[in-house]
Amino acid sequence: MKVSVVKNILQANDRIADLNKQLFDEKQILTINVMSSPGAGKTSLIERTIVELKNDYRIGVIEGDIQSTQDAEKIAATEVPVVQINTGGACHLDGNMIRETLGQFNLDEIDLLIVENVGNLVCPAEFRMGEDFKIMLLSVPEGDDKPLKYPLMFHEASVLLINKMDLLPYVSCSPERIRQESLKINPALTIFEISATGDHGLYDWYDWLRQKISIKKMS
Amino acid sequence: MHELSIINNIIEIILAELPKYNISRVRAISLRIGEMRQVIPEAMQLGFECLAKNSPLEGAELIIEKVPIAGYCQNCGKKFRLNDWSQKCPQCSCERMEIISGKELEIVEFEGS
Ligand SMILES: Nc1nc2c(ncn2[C@@H]2O[C@H](COP(=O)(O)OP(=O)(O)O)[C@@H](O)[C@H]2O)c(=O)[nH]1
Ligand SMILES: [Mg+2]
Ligand SMILES: [Zn+2]
Ligand SMILES: [Zn+2]
Repeated sequence: MKVSVVKNILQANDRIADLNKQLFDEKQILTINVMSSPGAGKTSLIERTIVELKNDYRIGVIEGDIQSTQDAEKIAATEVPVVQINTGGACHLDGNMIRETLGQFNLDEIDLLIVENVGNLVCPAEFRMGEDFKIMLLSVPEGDDKPLKYPLMFHEASVLLINKMDLLPYVSCSPERIRQESLKINPALTIFEISATGDHGLYDWYDWLRQKISIKKMS
Repeated sequence: MHELSIINNIIEIILAELPKYNISRVRAISLRIGEMRQVIPEAMQLGFECLAKNSPLEGAELIIEKVPIAGYCQNCGKKFRLNDWSQKCPQCSCERMEIISGKELEIVEFEGS
């Protein structure tokens, strides 16, 4: 017997992601999903962003990176609420993992929810969690061929942060090429060149984020 | 191996369908997967054989139809099949191509008794 079904393989995840999105919209929480390969600078960027914005906005963080609880401890030092997800070795976060942490936040007292995804350039792009924006980091030591190798992530991201610009003199990488290749894949991509451990370009990123938070507050 | 989570989702969906049709053994599952997903068919079949063991899906064949990447040019309004993600419009060579297919990840049919 043949059975025709036509089902989206990721339907179970998409359904939960939609529920999360509804909740974030209702509570006017701007949610960003931060993705990159391991070591590209997600935790560093998140720490800097918290320090810059925490006097103006109420921030919550979900840590999914698998490097034990080190990242969560760094974030906890900034005194914003942080929940560590134990992915049990999974290579990405999904809608349900996020859903299960939400009970640990007071969602009425959060303006910005930052999710640090597992370091991986493939599957995090496939699993929605109900976020407003996917933010991708690519650090210059990783090289400028990444948009061609991992196009889905560049296609799904709203913002690309080219990180570790301070290392540019020491590596062979052209940020201009990254820019061109990724804009071909995703013409609407917003790109900032930054140093998450310096000051380079961070103010443009903070401004982008402030603007999106205030738009969400008015929605 | 992002194939593994895709396979787990396929198995869950089919298992939930079986009682409706009184099927106890699945022989084949047809999928449509867009080229943008970068799924490797051999990895899919191999992963499936592992994860479907001791279930009604054990031994089933995955029949994968690859859906090519296609784009719509926002400048000249024409639709084209694209060789890769970053191709310019073949007609007017502008870069404002909107992807209209190639991201599919669907189960279309399964067969069993
Ligand atoms: N030189 C330099 N190092 C950086 C920069 N951003 C992060 N790092 C370093 O890169 C390493 C990995 O950073 P981390 O934030 O943990 O990356 P994650 O794995 O993506 O969370 C750490 O040693 C950081 O200090 C940067 O802009 N410049
Ligand atoms: Mg980290
Ligand atoms: Zn994964
Ligand atoms: Zn055209």
